[in-house]
Amino acid sequence: MDNRRIDEIINKYDGKPNSVIMVLMDIQHENKWLPREVLEKVSNKLGVPLSEVLHIATFYKTFSLKPQGRHEVHVCTGTSCHQRGSAKILEKVQDLIGIKPGETTPDLRFSLEKGSCLGCCTLGPEIVVDGMHHSNITPDDVEAILKNYK
Amino acid sequence: MSDILLTIDGKEVRAKEGMTVLNAAQSSGIFIPTLCHHEKLEPYGGCRICTVEVESRGRTNYVASCLYPVEKNLVVRTRSEKIDKIRKVLIELLLAHAPDSPQLLEMAKEYGAKSVRFGKEPSFCVLCGLCVRYCAEVKKKNAIAFVDQGPKREINFIPEIASKECWNCKECFPLCPTSYLQAAYVLTQGLVGFKNS
Ligand code: SF4
Ligand code: FES
Ligand code: FES
Repeated sequence: MDNRRIDEIINKYDGKPNSVIMVLMDIQHENKWLPREVLEKVSNKLGVPLSEVLHIATFYKTFSLKPQGRHEVHVCTGTSCHQRGSAKILEKVQDLIGIKPGETTPDLRFSLEKGSCLGCCTLGPEIVVDGMHHSNITPDDVEAILKNYK
Repeated sequence: MSDILLTIDGKEVRAKEGMTVLNAAQSSGIFIPTLCHHEKLEPYGGCRICTVEVESRGRTNYVASCLYPVEKNLVVRTRSEKIDKIRKVLIELLLAHAPDSPQLLEMAKEYGAKSVRFGKEPSFCVLCGLCVRYCAEVKKKNAIAFVDQGPKREINFIPEIASKECWNCKECFPLCPTSYLQAAYVLTQGLVGFKNS
């Protein structure tokens, strides 16, 4: 993420020290993760000690301190999807892309997350890739779905 | 400003506005056990070992004395069956994390706490925050941070800052009730090397 954009975000909040969470959220949203240099920069610019910035950045699940893949794959493991076999789907996804939930492939193509109910239980089991729901799937469908995301 | 009168363990105690119950007790020689409290640091209220019973306007409450401000006619008890029990459970929980902490073992003797009650889960650090807060508040170096949350919460030296500041300071070492801080220090040192200037 370039420095100018970070400055813009910080200026949006008038560089106030208490805006650190908002600033980090905006950066996370655009960049998908928070590199160390960015945290240092936010710390310097807002006058908030790096230890505080790290405390916040590691406390909330929203923030990622590791690079994220170009595509986020989210396997629903909520109760309904679980009943309908989401464990098998997750297994299949893991086999295909070679990572576990919370990890990112070395080529930065995919990040994998699992999580509870996505709010469309009748469509389960389902996976969501980059916000796009793929519903009512079987493990055999997974490969074809993931192929669309380069 | 006029003094505030309160009673601690049946003894009349004079305190100034803004003092905590712990301050007031200490100033009149009454002992309340503490773990995360340090006179040079802002009250934190992390460990709750200092819990006492307060009676104010007809109500009895259990509060952390290191945070609770004195008030007029407050009646404080620093030991009772219930307080001892609260402290005992807290000590047992802390011992599950730091089974060899001398401070905890000392208190365990007093309160009959046994570390076997909860499964041992040595993380060694009890998250009292003394090191983090001392570095931030007194030394203003912010070389140690709390990271992560929930059961994964821990303290970390920030290598960039620690490598410059810590070698010549180490003032936090004696504050730690466990040996975790020094272990973390050595680990960080192993990673980045510390400057001895
Ligand atoms: S390392 Fe020691 S002083 Fe620091 S938070 Fe943990 S127990 Fe407290
Ligand atoms: S459990 Fe998967 S959408 Fe509700
Ligand atoms: S000493 Fe009061 S909460 Fe720790």
